[in-house]
Amino acid sequence: MSARLAIKDDLRERRVFAARAALLLMMAFVLVGVLVLRLVQLQIWEHETYQTRSEQNRIQIQPLPPPRGLIYDRNGDLLAGNRPISTLAVVKERVPDMGALLDELAQLVEITGEDVQRFRARLDGTRRPFEPVALKLSLSEEEQARLAVNRYRLPGVEILNELVRYYPLGAMMAHAVGSVRRITEDDLQRLDGVRYSATRFIGRHGVERFYERSLHGEVGHQKVEIDAHGRVRQVLDTRRPVAGQSITVHLDSRLQIAAAAALGERRGAVVALDPRSGGVLAMVSQPAYDPNLFVTGISSEQYQALVGSRDTPLFNRAVNGQYAPGSTFKPVVGLAGLSLGVVSWDEQIIDHGSFRLPGQDRIYRDWSWTPGNSGGQGKVDLHRAIYRSSNVFFYDLATRMEIDDLSAFAAQFGLGRRLALDIPDTSPGLVPNRVWKRGAKGQPWFPGDSVNVGIGQGDMLVTPLQLATVAATIANRGRVVRPRMLLASDRPLVEVDDPQPLPPVAGPSPDDWERVVDAMEAVVHRGNRGYGENGTAWYHIGQDISYRMAGKSGTAQVVEIRQGEAYDEEELSEYQRKHAWFIAFAPADDPLIALAVLVENGGGGSAVAGPVAREVIDAYLLPQLAVR
Amino acid sequence: MSNQDFVRSLPKDAGFGARARLRQVHLDPLMLLALLAVIGLGLVVLYSAVDRNAALWLNQLSRLGLALGLMVAAAQVHPRVYLRWTPFLYGGGLVLVGMVLVMGVSVNGSRRWLDLPGLPRFQPSEIMKVAVPLMVAWYFHDRPLPPRLKDVVVALLIVAAPAGAIVVQPDLGTGILVAGAGLAVVVLAGLYWKWIGLAALAFAAAAPGLWYVLQDYQRRRILTLFDPGSDPLGAGWNIIQSTTAIGSGGLYGKGLFQGTQSHLDFLPESHTDFIIAVIGEELGLVGMLTILALYMVLVTRGLYIATQATHTYERLVSGALSLTFFVYAFVNIAMVSGLVPVVGVPLPLVSYGGTSAITLLASIGIIMAVRTHKGW
Repeated sequence: MSARLAIKDDLRERRVFAARAALLLMMAFVLVGVLVLRLVQLQIWEHETYQTRSEQNRIQIQPLPPPRGLIYDRNGDLLAGNRPISTLAVVKERVPDMGALLDELAQLVEITGEDVQRFRARLDGTRRPFEPVALKLSLSEEEQARLAVNRYRLPGVEILNELVRYYPLGAMMAHAVGSVRRITEDDLQRLDGVRYSATRFIGRHGVERFYERSLHGEVGHQKVEIDAHGRVRQVLDTRRPVAGQSITVHLDSRLQIAAAAALGERRGAVVALDPRSGGVLAMVSQPAYDPNLFVTGISSEQYQALVGSRDTPLFNRAVNGQYAPGSTFKPVVGLAGLSLGVVSWDEQIIDHGSFRLPGQDRIYRDWSWTPGNSGGQGKVDLHRAIYRSSNVFFYDLATRMEIDDLSAFAAQFGLGRRLALDIPDTSPGLVPNRVWKRGAKGQPWFPGDSVNVGIGQGDMLVTPLQLATVAATIANRGRVVRPRMLLASDRPLVEVDDPQPLPPVAGPSPDDWERVVDAMEAVVHRGNRGYGENGTAWYHIGQDISYRMAGKSGTAQVVEIRQGEAYDEEELSEYQRKHAWFIAFAPADDPLIALAVLVENGGGGSAVAGPVAREVIDAYLLPQLAVR
Repeated sequence: MSNQDFVRSLPKDAGFGARARLRQVHLDPLMLLALLAVIGLGLVVLYSAVDRNAALWLNQLSRLGLALGLMVAAAQVHPRVYLRWTPFLYGGGLVLVGMVLVMGVSVNGSRRWLDLPGLPRFQPSEIMKVAVPLMVAWYFHDRPLPPRLKDVVVALLIVAAPAGAIVVQPDLGTGILVAGAGLAVVVLAGLYWKWIGLAALAFAAAAPGLWYVLQDYQRRRILTLFDPGSDPLGAGWNIIQSTTAIGSGGLYGKGLFQGTQSHLDFLPESHTDFIIAVIGEELGLVGMLTILALYMVLVTRGLYIATQATHTYERLVSGALSLTFFVYAFVNIAMVSGLVPVVGVPLPLVSYGGTSAITLLASIGIIMAVRTHKGW
């Protein structure tokens, strides 16, 4: 030790040490100076930035969804309401390990792979930070309880209570009222982001779609203080949402049920209008689907079944099904001939069962033709041509008119046009004319085309809604009404601006109308006259009827039957058989209901569609007539 | 005792009143005052930071009481005793650090804890924060200073052995702090500037290579320092929220218990490593400057005591421990305000937790012992 001590210089050591200590202390003060500068920067110079940032951290504006307006039928029965459901949702920002959480949740509630897939897609979509993302809709009470018990160990899991659309009548009203569907990414690009900030469903079809703006209501907000976990600590300020407008539609759910029952399992459509207002009393399209499925989530299996079905349950035949009208078009052709002056009520022709254009070989046959018997209705005037549905009469009549005139006349009834006031996406159908044929087929109009149009075949297409409008127009003796759903609302709705009343059908005289109605009454009521003398529908619906009904049957060909061959129902597959039509209104002198019935591939109009029409009208009129 | 010391010590020892009595129980009045002020302020803020959770707060209160008791006890021990026991403390610590590598307990992927039967689970690296500077001072105390190259090399080995073992746990933060405390002794001992310069150059040259040695999370911490926005919900979250807390406090703060950042849980670790942000948010710049000033009083006083000490060992030990104290405070505040990468350093005497309070107060006790024990 002494050796070392010998060279230790205590004084120098202390001097060096003091210098070092002083220097290091100075450095410490410099560092503290830097720190103070940083603090001044944060707390003085940039204070406002951080102040704002901390407020934004803390304050969140949360949108509050408005309850969707309710839809009632004319009797005050609820067609579309709201019901509360509990949704399992996850706040991504609060979940440390999403995979583990999903595994955990799968033990507690039933979660399909599809739920997870959709959940992941929603996670990747547009969303606010800390916004809960739905994983499973419509939790059962048991599932809610199980989640509640385990919630403490499931960070980020939330159970949201929300109102969703509910259709008490299920599939019954699907095509009439429409349905809502979940808002998609595409919708978000298109919709008003603020208005829809809390909304998760949007009208998809029908009334729900057309009156979307009114039904939706006004979004509310609440200003809340949230913590870092997205949990609301306190509500600072609230602007309540304004519920959507409730509306009442013309539909009569009892009539709707009767119409659906009348159609039974058959594919087809029934559209019933109040001819005075155009109000849609019933709109059935079968088969239908349960719109509630689209609210609480439909599995892709279920969806594929709906989409893939040959019977197309998602397709609204009532407004989008376009078919040849067949003989139901004949009264219109007759009225056209009368107003164009090419036929009179007194004029008679002889119907031998076939018609041939001058100088042509092709034979156009009456419906009564069979291989052994040329058929035919004998002496036929316009009245008889209607109640017997003579093809030959109308073949001849159609060739006497310029097609463009017939087409323009028919358009007044709403054929080839969209008349409906508040039914979205109706199909326009088609009444062919020269311009159309040149454009669509690149051919001139041939007289043979007119022959086919005369009996509602050829290129003609109508929807059940349009034929119901035709029935209503005849019922109104030429006054045309727009089909409409809306009956009443508490306040005027933005969607409907006072529509111009449509001009009445120009041409036919009041007497013409009455006589056409007479002829259509004969279709139903003229009976007990022996073979070939009764109205076409009398046997099927007219024998025991207690009120006056005017009607017209129609049977529309689906496949072309070659010349000289018989239509053999057995040989054709189900989907190639003829469509059965019936249009009607009643009571004939003061109509309260006008309708069109379509039974797809049903066969004969009078035999198949007629009884449906009768049943529907019975259901509507008999109670009313009993009261009177 | 030198002449100077003798003259200076006379009036104080002969004086009356509280200061004199404190000296008799080997406490330094100025340091004690600053300490109690820091602890008092810290306890007030902690009460807010734990959301008035009385149980947690009382827990910390009792730990601080224990640590203060330890400080008083440490102050009673003559520095000679420390000198004598230093190699054993260091050796024992080194063995424990080595044991951590072999049989330590892993928490969050780092093996830092030792679970010995009959003892509470503890981090041996904490011991080294004090043991390493003591050991280097012990090694230098009877050698000529400024140190010769050979002595510097030995000192570096004394530092490197435990520091290296700690770094591979991995606990880079503590490793650097332990090494820093040891190196502080070497610098205070008068290491030639030329060598310091060379070392700095060598470090600068090696720095890019160090990048590749770092663990992924360590690199991320460094990167988020430059751009916290790059991962706002992940690694950047802490820094964004802590700077927001401090910045939103402004000059006077939002008031005690009024900090939204901490009370709504935006600020992570608000009662442990990030508690300075609560001070910034609730007490503002005024609160920050107050606590900084108190720390600087402690550090300055500690260094002053070191310069006044008679024995080499005393000087080096009290100087190094004072600087260590400064480094802790600085690193913590700098990381919370976004100046240096996030490392696990608590705010001295304020953050919730017992270990660091015990080591820090024990080392302050040693500094007080240096101040108050006469003769060698």
